[in-house]
Amino acid sequence: MILVVAEQRDGKLNRASWEAIAAAQQLAGGATPIKIAVAGQALSGVTAELSAAAVTEVIAVDDAALGVYTPDGFVQALQQLIASVSPAVVLFAHTYQTRDFSATLASRLDRALVTDVTAIRSVNGATAYARPMFQGKLVADVVPQGPAPHLVTIQIGAFRADAVGKGAAAAPVSAASVTIDTAAIRQKPEAPFQEAKQAVDLSQAERIVSVGRGIKTQENIAVAEQLAKAFGAELAASRPICDNGWLPMERQIGSSGQTVAPKLYVALGISGAIQHLVGMKGSRTIVAINKDADAPIFEVADYGIQGDLFELAPALIAELQKS
Amino acid sequence: MKIAVCIKQVPTREWQPRLNDDKTWVREQDVSYEMNEPDAYALEESLRLREKHGGEVVVCSAGPARVQQVIREALARGADRALHVEDDALGPADAFTAAAALAPAMAEQKFDLILTGLQSDDQGHAQFGPVLAEKLGIPHSTIIMEVIVSGTELRVKRELEGGWFQHIAMPLPALLTIQSGINTLRYATLKGIMAAKKKEIIKVAAPAGLAARHKIVALYAPQKSKQTVMITGSPAEAAKELVRRLREEARVL
Repeated sequence: MILVVAEQRDGKLNRASWEAIAAAQQLAGGATPIKIAVAGQALSGVTAELSAAAVTEVIAVDDAALGVYTPDGFVQALQQLIASVSPAVVLFAHTYQTRDFSATLASRLDRALVTDVTAIRSVNGATAYARPMFQGKLVADVVPQGPAPHLVTIQIGAFRADAVGKGAAAAPVSAASVTIDTAAIRQKPEAPFQEAKQAVDLSQAERIVSVGRGIKTQENIAVAEQLAKAFGAELAASRPICDNGWLPMERQIGSSGQTVAPKLYVALGISGAIQHLVGMKGSRTIVAINKDADAPIFEVADYGIQGDLFELAPALIAELQKS
Repeated sequence: MKIAVCIKQVPTREWQPRLNDDKTWVREQDVSYEMNEPDAYALEESLRLREKHGGEVVVCSAGPARVQQVIREALARGADRALHVEDDALGPADAFTAAAALAPAMAEQKFDLILTGLQSDDQGHAQFGPVLAEKLGIPHSTIIMEVIVSGTELRVKRELEGGWFQHIAMPLPALLTIQSGINTLRYATLKGIMAAKKKEIIKVAAPAGLAARHKIVALYAPQKSKQTVMITGSPAEAAKELVRRLREEARVL
């Protein structure tokens, strides 16, 4: 049996949960039963939504101590759930919340965890999970070792949410009873907040020129700025540029910044680490300019130029200004 | 305050990977190494905490003899001493194995606070920190952008997705995984490099019976999800051709 742990906050399902369900259905191949569990409080809306999927059962892990997420609370609850349903594989979406508790859960269960998985295949009779390595320069097929269950987190965007098989009738919803020792929850979280109102909504931009480490210095940001102007585009950046304070954090594209899907995305000197790709790979047309022909950004690019951005950007500006 | 910072030695960003003969790992003889970038931010944060609250910063790393390169660098930047769990087999170790290798020696030291990067630039499991915390029986939090210590209480700012944050309080001792960009890195001074030569590095053998949790059965270059049109020629020619294609083919200009 495959268990998918879906994620919700305040009764709102995280969309990435559907991608993990799609991965489970591919892994099951129609033969292995799938159950979906979701932890929290007041879950009836979320379980009703999840019961549309073609699965055996949806399990609500409902407890007052799970109303606000904490790693200690969720590890206790999921450890008990896994002990009672005995899955062979447990799938999660690779969200920040999963990243916070899944390794602790695996360690407490003393079982293998494979993170950030992009594909599932069979290699010599064993299930192998493909995941990026070395900043996306390589992919590894990993076979988890040791007894079941194996825990697996699915990279955001690797499986299609709209590929989830729906059932002819709603799947039955059940409630799992867990006992949470609240005294053992050591983290005391406060309410989430946003630093400042985001002044720039890059998700509405039709064209974006995005700049990465290849720009080398703060002074050179002007080159990217001029190129953005010539394209009639908004200027954005990968995380390291914002970490250095060369552009404000609100212009950051990627898992910790904004997710965009413009008509045109020009990646200037961006190597294409997965944390960046998840924020922009839905763009209609992607142009990559990079000195390294093996940079992972070229895997998602429609048009690529391998070369020196300090020669190419001025040439492009001149060309765009011609007409 | 007794602070540990766990650092990993990883291939440089410029390194071009070449596979070994059975295509399950990289040719290590071709690799040049550097300090994992998120760990460098964790080191900087631990130095700032020591400057504020006093105490010491102990660098902890698991790996073959070669990892002394990044241990020395951390000492040159200002860490006080180091703990090196040395074993040739730990080079390609998964996160679970690395945490199991360091846990016994680190448990003896009874650190108040342990910092490490949120993930490594090589394998990128993002598991080492939480697994180590669990093995040491201490609470943790991940992807941290601010660390405030007052007495035995810890308050941190955790990054959530899409520009959201959250404050979390927890008791010490605790382990935090640090996000890149939390601070501005310092670099080693000549004085620091000289001082580092006299600092103590305790070497410990890896515990017996470490069992890998991951078996890599194949390592390969990623398959392209799109048919990329590579445009060649001089900068002026390439620019002209790209703009033409964006206008006429993609129709995005």
